[in-house]
Amino acid sequence: MKQENFTPSSRSRLPEILIREQSSLLADWIESLSASAGGRTGSRSRQQLHEDARTFVTALARGVQDGSLQDLKSSEWSRMHEFLTELSRSRAEEGTSPTETATFLFSFKRPLFGLLKKELAGEPEALAEELWHATALIDGLGLQTTEIFQRSREEIIRRQQQELMDLSTPVVKLWKDILALPLIGTLDSSRTQVVMQNLLEAIVAHSATIAIIDITGVPTVDTLVAQHLLKTVAAARLMGADCIISGIRPQIAQTIIHLGVDLADVTTKATLADAFQLALRRTGGPLPASTASSKQLA
Amino acid sequence: MPATKRGSLSIRSQDDVVGVRQAVRRAAVDIGLNLIDQTKIVTAASELARNAFVYGRGGEVLIEDLQESGRRGLRLSFEDHGPGIPDIQKAMTDGYTSGTGLGLGLGGAKRLSDEFQIFSEEGAGTRVVITRWKS
Repeated sequence: MKQENFTPSSRSRLPEILIREQSSLLADWIESLSASAGGRTGSRSRQQLHEDARTFVTALARGVQDGSLQDLKSSEWSRMHEFLTELSRSRAEEGTSPTETATFLFSFKRPLFGLLKKELAGEPEALAEELWHATALIDGLGLQTTEIFQRSREEIIRRQQQELMDLSTPVVKLWKDILALPLIGTLDSSRTQVVMQNLLEAIVAHSATIAIIDITGVPTVDTLVAQHLLKTVAAARLMGADCIISGIRPQIAQTIIHLGVDLADVTTKATLADAFQLALRRTGGPLPASTASSKQLA
Repeated sequence: MPATKRGSLSIRSQDDVVGVRQAVRRAAVDIGLNLIDQTKIVTAASELARNAFVYGRGGEVLIEDLQESGRRGLRLSFEDHGPGIPDIQKAMTDGYTSGTGLGLGLGGAKRLSDEFQIFSEEGAGTRVVITRWKS
């Protein structure tokens, strides 16, 4: 940090001023908050706003008393950190933007600067120095709320990714010896690995002889997706199970032909129903006589 | 030929490849391509975007709307600043890959497009431009 450039000899007077004047600072801040919030109808009630201001000033006084202005992440600032976390969380839940939350903290500069101006009247150099300290301090704390907000969002995204990965790869037992794997969404490599693993494990667990991989829910089948499918089919075959790929829509069929992907060794069907019927016939299961399709290609 | 820029996307990760597919599909639907042509250009875009990411160490795609004597089309220009392709003819050959894929991406993208142009310079990068017209 650059504060050292300003204070080669003496310590900052900011902590002392903050601790001594905390109640008057709070009163000034609440007054200016009330004035500025007068026209707006924010989601946070006035009472909550005042409560936040009070907790912040208390935590700030505690922080500057125990900790240093340079290291806002040290354990002496834990109380402030707790408050900021709670503030970010509760405000995010109310739909407040991180900018508004940070702006709320930045608004503390007004009473603080006013106080410093009064305290250090006639000492322009000291005033400039302490204003710098105060700005760095409040900016640092305001930015922390944004960081906390972002971290919580990233956590949500990570969790959802994980959930999606598990969600969209269920292996379903359709009949004795017959499994189905309905694939949904994009098949990027990390998910495909999960898919393959789930299917192979399920083949063992159910001692299945036929696995139907349904790609109705896969919007794009390019060469990478095709390669993953072919690998899965080959691995299943090594374990003694045949795969049928179903859900090949007309547009997908055309695309596969243009790409030049060779699916000749793989049994494919237009719909899951067709694939199921074929699987039943192969395993000797009961066949629904009336709906038996006439276009049996396999 | 009047071309209107619709947008450009950078391709720096696997997720960006997904993003390119989605953007191209939106554009294809928007200009009224039928489902089969939509799927063709989206699949071609997927191949080329992945090539730019995997072989070109990342790049970008420019999406443009075309209008020529009353018909509409979509032009996609993929550009990377990777190592370039030393032998384009070889790279276009089905089954040839310098990586671990099926070796069908470039040829496939060409067959899925109405127009296909490729420019590459060793050490400078590769540029692939494809066009799909509304039939």
